[in-house]
Amino acid sequence: MAGTESEPTGARDASLPARAKIAVTAGRVAAAVSRKAGRGSGSVIGGKVALKLDPDLLATLADHLDVVLVSATNGKTTTTRLIAEALRAAGPVVSNALGANMPAGITSALAGGTDARFGVIEVDEKYLAMVARDTRPKAIALLNLSRDQLDRAAETRMMAEKWREGLQNTEAVVIANADDPLVTWAASSCKKVVWVAAGQAWKEDAWSCPACGGVMQRPGDDWFCQDCGFRRPNPHWALQGTHVIDPQRGAWPIQLQLPGRANLANATSSAAVAAVFGVSPQVALERMRSVAAVAGRYDVVQYQGRDIRLLLAKNPAGWLETFSLIDGPPAPVILSVNALDADGTDTSWLWDVDYERLAGHPVFVMGQRKLDLAVRLEVAGLQFHVVDTLEQAVRMAPPGRIEAIANYTAFQQLRKVVAG
Amino acid sequence: MSESSLRVVWVYPDLLSTYGDRGNALVVERRARQRRLNVTRIDVRSDQAIPTSGDIYLIGGGEDRPQRLAAERLRADSGLVRAAENGAIIFGVCAGFQIMGHEFVNDLGEREPGLGLLDVWTTRGEGARCVGDVLADIDPQLGLPQLTGFENHQGVTHLGQGVKPFATVQVGNGNGTGDGTEGAWRDTVFGTYMHGPVLARNPAVADLLIRLALDVNALPPADTTWYDALRAERIDATTRPQ
Ligand SMILES: [Zn+2]
Repeated sequence: MAGTESEPTGARDASLPARAKIAVTAGRVAAAVSRKAGRGSGSVIGGKVALKLDPDLLATLADHLDVVLVSATNGKTTTTRLIAEALRAAGPVVSNALGANMPAGITSALAGGTDARFGVIEVDEKYLAMVARDTRPKAIALLNLSRDQLDRAAETRMMAEKWREGLQNTEAVVIANADDPLVTWAASSCKKVVWVAAGQAWKEDAWSCPACGGVMQRPGDDWFCQDCGFRRPNPHWALQGTHVIDPQRGAWPIQLQLPGRANLANATSSAAVAAVFGVSPQVALERMRSVAAVAGRYDVVQYQGRDIRLLLAKNPAGWLETFSLIDGPPAPVILSVNALDADGTDTSWLWDVDYERLAGHPVFVMGQRKLDLAVRLEVAGLQFHVVDTLEQAVRMAPPGRIEAIANYTAFQQLRKVVAG
Repeated sequence: MSESSLRVVWVYPDLLSTYGDRGNALVVERRARQRRLNVTRIDVRSDQAIPTSGDIYLIGGGEDRPQRLAAERLRADSGLVRAAENGAIIFGVCAGFQIMGHEFVNDLGEREPGLGLLDVWTTRGEGARCVGDVLADIDPQLGLPQLTGFENHQGVTHLGQGVKPFATVQVGNGNGTGDGTEGAWRDTVFGTYMHGPVLARNPAVADLLIRLALDVNALPPADTTWYDALRAERIDATTRPQ
């Protein structure tokens, strides 16, 4: 099956139970057929076919592996990649590197991991409890929770509640972001928790205490509830500037190719996960340096003779982190927003994003919902141009590297255009 | 109120701003400033007292538990009710609309008292959640162009004798009662199910709130080019046969 980083060789298949073996083979056939038909990698369809033949397949496949699960609203694909790189210091890794993060895609990815020792798996927030039950992970990284696709996703606090209930009996070491009250709430019923002060710039989903509903007090980086005493735990690990601080107070410089504060936070959580498996922060961070782009995100591409950096931002918290990493004015900025099913069909989140921060940048707006963006920017008092195509935006943009920020399907469309 | 200043109170952004509700505060602010009005925006967190001296009060939408917490705190505070008695302009959206009525169903499935600012009460719908674009004709008495918006709610809001429907739906569900009504209003108090930044698609409604606050019949013109383009696109998308 596709969607994995190592090629299936069949070496481990021999050790699988007969039913699992048949399921894996059938999945590979289905994936190959899907690929031939031009329907992408085929990993999801392959996984679906295989799971139908053997509903326990995910558990069977995970049985051979030290499994790490990674979940969050933002940064899970990148962090999965960073953890995978770090753990390669200790042994072969299989991972759903292409971001197929629901049970079928995960099954498909694991089926390709012939002789891996580690399974590093990105999991969609909604499926975390279920995948944790099936794969019996050694570690679970919980990075952040914030509003995302509210027209169909569960409420943000409900998601934290779901995590809390689903993970309370896990044997895994839970690596959780102490700066996010919702994540802290979710993790605080687990037996073994490693707290990481990874930061959370977006605060608008946690003004209300997840435990009792009281108003959260948030002086500086601290947070606590006056009514019930729920408060920020003391972190074992911390991101401090551009350094990871380990539990022994050792400071390790982070030197990533990936830009932005959010990725420093992702690297800090990844170092904490790596330490669970005996990989030192020094070795882990050294290995993370090799990651340049993740599924096209942060990629600098050439198009019409210009450099364009492609940035993905799917929700208000993501846009906030993205604005903090783009080149300052007068760098041209292209914004593209769609509201297709995969994006969520409600564009009201645009009003939670501080577009005011783009003042001074030449701004170009495009995408299916460019008019929603235009009104948003008009109300923000910004100057901007509405364009129909990337080519048009690039032609009009003043010199300098262009920052292109897009939500999910708009990002995929930009990638397609620049690839020709 | 001095002639050139406007106090806009945004009620409980910590609880009721889940769906881009900040947009309504930003649009009112922007439309007022374009008329050279002096605007003071007051964001009131749910552990703070609601000032009674505001001109326009905006209440947004939220999830089920924050909605209950907001209703509890607003009942205990009474500032909003007193402001309404003083003739303040109040505009509530979605959960905020429900709280303005006599009662709604809270996250525990219980009947939760509202503020009684509007003669409406809300029950929970049995059918599917109402999600999607809406097009409606606003009460002709208000003299406004069509209402375009997005709805996402499970509530069914029944209107009593003391209010009129804010609009009549052409496309969409509105109050969910099946009779085509959308929202409710009386005097200077308005509620709508068009959630989140409804004023971004309906700048004429923002202008209405400002006119009522200033007690004037008209405002100097302000550019609506992008709003008009967005409205045309959304109305077209909403009415186009699928
Ligand atoms: Zn509390």
